[in-house]
Amino acid sequence: MTGLLTLLILLGITIAIWQMVKIFDLAQANRDQSQIANDKDNSVNGYLMLAFLGFIYIITIISFALWGDLPLVSNSASAHGPDIDRLMIISMVVIFIVQTVTQFLLHYFAFKYKGEKGRKALFYADNDKLEFIWTIIPVITLAGLIMYGLFTWNDIMTINEEDDPIVIELYAQQFNWKARYAGEDNVLGKANVRLINLDNANILGLDESDPNAQDDIITTELHLPVGRPVLFKMRSQDVLHSAYMPHFRAQMNCVPGMITQFAFTPTVTTEEMRLNPEIYEKVRNINKIRNANSKKLQANGEEPLDRYEFDYLLLCNKICGKSHYNMQMKIIVETEEKYNEWLKEQKIFKNSLVQN
Amino acid sequence: MSAHVDTHTHDDHGHHHKETFVTKYIFSQDHKMIAKQYLITGLIMGIIGILMSLLMRMQIAWPEKPNVVFEALLGKWAPGGVMDADIYLALVTIHGTIMVFFVLTAGLSGTFSNLLIPLQIGARDMASGFLNMVSYWLFFLSSVIMVISLFVEAGPAAAGWTIYPPLSALPLAQGGSGAGMTLWLVSMAIFIASSLLGSLNYIVTVLNLRTKGMSMTRLPLTIWAFFITAVIGVVSFPVLLSAALLLIMDRSFGTSFFLSDIFIQGEVLHYQGGSPVLYEHLFWFLGHPEVYIVLLPALGITSEVIATNARKPIFGYRAMVASIIAIAFLSTIVWGHHMFISGMNPFLGSVFTFTTLLIAIPSAVKAFNYITTLWKGNLQLNPAMLFSIGLVSTFITGGLTGIILGDSALDINVHDTYFVVAHFHLVMGISALYGLFAGVYHWFPKMFGRMMNKNLGYIHFWVTAVCAYGVFFPMHFIGMAGLPRRYYTNSNFPLFDDTQNVQVLITIFALVAGLVQLVFLYNFISSIFYGKKTEQNPWRSNTLEWTAPIKHIHGNWEGEIPHVHRWAYDYSKPGHDEDFVPQNVPMKDGEEELQH
Repeated sequence: MTGLLTLLILLGITIAIWQMVKIFDLAQANRDQSQIANDKDNSVNGYLMLAFLGFIYIITIISFALWGDLPLVSNSASAHGPDIDRLMIISMVVIFIVQTVTQFLLHYFAFKYKGEKGRKALFYADNDKLEFIWTIIPVITLAGLIMYGLFTWNDIMTINEEDDPIVIELYAQQFNWKARYAGEDNVLGKANVRLINLDNANILGLDESDPNAQDDIITTELHLPVGRPVLFKMRSQDVLHSAYMPHFRAQMNCVPGMITQFAFTPTVTTEEMRLNPEIYEKVRNINKIRNANSKKLQANGEEPLDRYEFDYLLLCNKICGKSHYNMQMKIIVETEEKYNEWLKEQKIFKNSLVQN
Repeated sequence: MSAHVDTHTHDDHGHHHKETFVTKYIFSQDHKMIAKQYLITGLIMGIIGILMSLLMRMQIAWPEKPNVVFEALLGKWAPGGVMDADIYLALVTIHGTIMVFFVLTAGLSGTFSNLLIPLQIGARDMASGFLNMVSYWLFFLSSVIMVISLFVEAGPAAAGWTIYPPLSALPLAQGGSGAGMTLWLVSMAIFIASSLLGSLNYIVTVLNLRTKGMSMTRLPLTIWAFFITAVIGVVSFPVLLSAALLLIMDRSFGTSFFLSDIFIQGEVLHYQGGSPVLYEHLFWFLGHPEVYIVLLPALGITSEVIATNARKPIFGYRAMVASIIAIAFLSTIVWGHHMFISGMNPFLGSVFTFTTLLIAIPSAVKAFNYITTLWKGNLQLNPAMLFSIGLVSTFITGGLTGIILGDSALDINVHDTYFVVAHFHLVMGISALYGLFAGVYHWFPKMFGRMMNKNLGYIHFWVTAVCAYGVFFPMHFIGMAGLPRRYYTNSNFPLFDDTQNVQVLITIFALVAGLVQLVFLYNFISSIFYGKKTEQNPWRSNTLEWTAPIKHIHGNWEGEIPHVHRWAYDYSKPGHDEDFVPQNVPMKDGEEELQH
């Protein structure tokens, strides 16, 4: 019933708009007036072009004022993070300048040269020198950006085995994450989804006969020691997923049938990040919003929202099915001692199997 | 180098047929009628696609709340008015598919290539009217199948418009990967056949049927754009067809092209040895050129509309042609920038970063040339002109952020966030839509013999322009907050709570933008019947289509096809009284043709 009613209302609104437009249309003196822009149209729209330029600038300023904290460009928590942020800021400055200037020229010309009856435009079809200039300027700018970008990319993607990274597997499945630590030997045991045995709780398909697998540790939270390079090996058991860790400027797809990898060094512990004034302020603001929402919920007799506390997160960032929107894992960066303590408390693979 | 057409056989052709209703309006082989068919089918699909985007926007802004609109439109997919998470992904998928392929490829390129290629090069019709008709009806069939797929029991395809396997391959992974995905694949296979027939026809027509004097270097930029677009289509669409066929094999016949080592819902599947990354390569080998298949016709239309309404020659004709060709070439070697973090070798990432950023150079040349064309013009700000200027604006804004996304090191971070959504909607979605609108306003008199109402056109443009920026400009910033796209709701991430008010703002702009399209629809439909009758050449344009009679006749021109004596851009040329000199006007004594 409500459905029918809504449809009727929608229909009503549509007809109303239609009629309004029609009235407006009829009000345009007579139907036979020319539908080609005259001097008045040119003038009105010319000024509107100028106003639109103002609108573009204003929306830019407002956006930067309100949302200019840009979490993806500030407060990175990994060793390579500042490199990416610097490159991002340089690119954004270049873009900002080009955008401001070209939009000005475009809309200002559209205003300045609005048509007038009897005026003739300048017959100006070519100028090799000008065209050469605006080919060569982008070439030089882009060459710089490409070089800088490629160096940064190579630095990030080249994994230096000599750094003795901690090896951790990120294992994706619809719709949650698991982490597997390599244990004492720092070598991940062999694994394949064909070896998954739910009866004895071998949920990641580890090779039970592989000696390297015995001391592996499977967890549902990702703990990382600060200042140590970590090499992630990604695996997926069903569909494509993407391991996205925005605070660490890290992302890699998890692909069924192959192992992908990404490495970084966390540099800021969760505790330190929570004390960072900007993050502190952001969290406070979010809690203000949550409190307001909670009040509304409680007024309807529903549960209030939990208080938010900052945590690093691993999100799924490749469409993976119904609950894609809720596929996440908490990441905790801590001192090496705390990390080792935590690791010791976890069950190793050998002991986690259920004996039947 | 110009081809001379034997006009006699075609002339006879024009007078002999007795046309019935069916041959004139339905199974028509006349390119002008087929263009209208493409346009109207495209507009209907566009209405569906835009409606879907509004449903998504309402869900994102007011998640998990009962909404009467959902209840009314989605039925069982919104029990109690709360949208189902699966159907959200289906909306994402079908919105993308419909807008990219059905509206902006078929609706835009199909309409204007068909209408303008024969008329602007001076041909009686397409090289093969029959193939042209088949092309349209295959497109129509694929549209019908795509719409039918919305109503299957387990839901339509919901793996994103890129339909990456294994998600798209396994009904166990997602409801939409059952019959809905089968229909999607069938529909797309038919669509590709349609597109290939169309493209081959365009290429052959441009190469062989130009009138006397119409050398390649005198072609209007519209034709250059359509021609090169068709070439890209012929090169890249077959690769998508192969991907679709292999995916059908994997889904239905147990092969393992794209699948390996899968454990789902408690069982190990038999697939072994395939790779989803292979699918990604095949898909994006079309997927990226597709961006230019969508965009180049819009840029071609813009070139023509801007030159005509600026009353000035398009600045740097040769550079414009060269940049179209450069973009087309580069577009086939940049696909990997969609896959920087797919698990492919990082060295490949470097190569694709390099080629991708190169594409910014011809794009920049085009933008600067448009701006220079405006300089010292005598701008007639008709609705078509406004949309063309709007296109240049969104093309710049959207294109510039490509510098960030094309840079592999930066893409790690913003890949698949709302930043990407904002980028491609501005640079290809909005820009191409503006191109479509510019084309409709400009060539409506040619199509229907009547004029569209300019004041409604102005309202349509200005509200749309403000809303387009209102939607997509703030969207960059929620992307920069790390918000992933394709999330049914963000309420499970308190981290993003402070972006929710931006989402609401965006949705309001989107709803207003959606509503104002009704003004366009009204203007379009009512003008077909009641619009002011057009004059022969309302925009005082140089190209040949305005020399053809207003009333459509089979064969386009009574008597001989006009001969061409000059390029299409002799606007405001010194030594002429009028500020335009149509292409069929012979050179005066001593008049110089520009070296082109």
